Amino acid sequence: MEDVKPRIGIYYAQDATVVTITDEKILEDEDVKALEESIIPLVDGSVNLIIDFSNVRFLSSAVLGLLIRVSKRINEQKGCLKLCGIGPRIFEIFKITRLDEIFDIYEDAKKAMSSLK
Amino acid sequence: MSLKTSTHEKFVLKGVISELRKICSQILCHAKQLGYSADDTFAVHLAMEEAVVNAVKHGNRADCNKSVTIEYDVTPEKICITITDEGGGFEPENIADPRNGENIYKTGGRGVLLIKAYMNTIEYNQAGNSITMTKLNSNQSKQNM
Repeated sequence: MEDVKPRIGIYYAQDATVVTITDEKILEDEDVKALEESIIPLVDGSVNLIIDFSNVRFLSSAVLGLLIRVSKRINEQKGCLKLCGIGPRIFEIFKITRLDEIFDIYEDAKKAMSSLK
Repeated sequence: MSLKTSTHEKFVLKGVISELRKICSQILCHAKQLGYSADDTFAVHLAMEEAVVNAVKHGNRADCNKSVTIEYDVTPEKICITITDEGGGFEPENIADPRNGENIYKTGGRGVLLIKAYMNTIEYNQAGNSITMTKLNSNQSKQNM
């Protein structure tokens, strides 16, 4: 079976779908595209989505673009997007680009889920 | 034999991002051997990634018959990298600030901002198709304080 990257884990909680990115790096165009193609079907219909970055050690601005596309799609469907598990180096990227001001970011998935209750 | 030597190399490669990333990996390898911190190598990695993607996608317009030149110096004091594409260049001062107003909701346009934020200096040539960026070794800067 072909190894599809980036690998993600999906957990369907009561109030949200939690996507955990299991790869440490998201760089290649194909990775970003594959990630988008994996996530977009999950947000069809009104859904709350939590993306857990706790395994991610490196990403580029291409991933930020992907998050904005996902966020727009979720907002259209009246759902919520929450991000969590973002390590300090990756969080710095969000701060520099001021995307920390437009995304709801939580320490971990548990806290992100609690915010939806 | 000491690994703490400076390295200068220049590569002219087809504008294929995966090939250019191999040179970026070499640079990071030299930097680690010279004792650059994890924060420094993260910064250089991110800046190179953004610059290479810009060179291939925006500079060469994804034409893989056009080349990208990467020239670098890695010394114990600093890492200096020049990335040149075959495009017509651009005027960096005309790039909209991706943090302002509606730009923050745009899906692209953050690469140059990140390069500026993570490197100590960046310069463009007059044609606007070549970026030279420098990262100082923060471990050495601390020792000299």
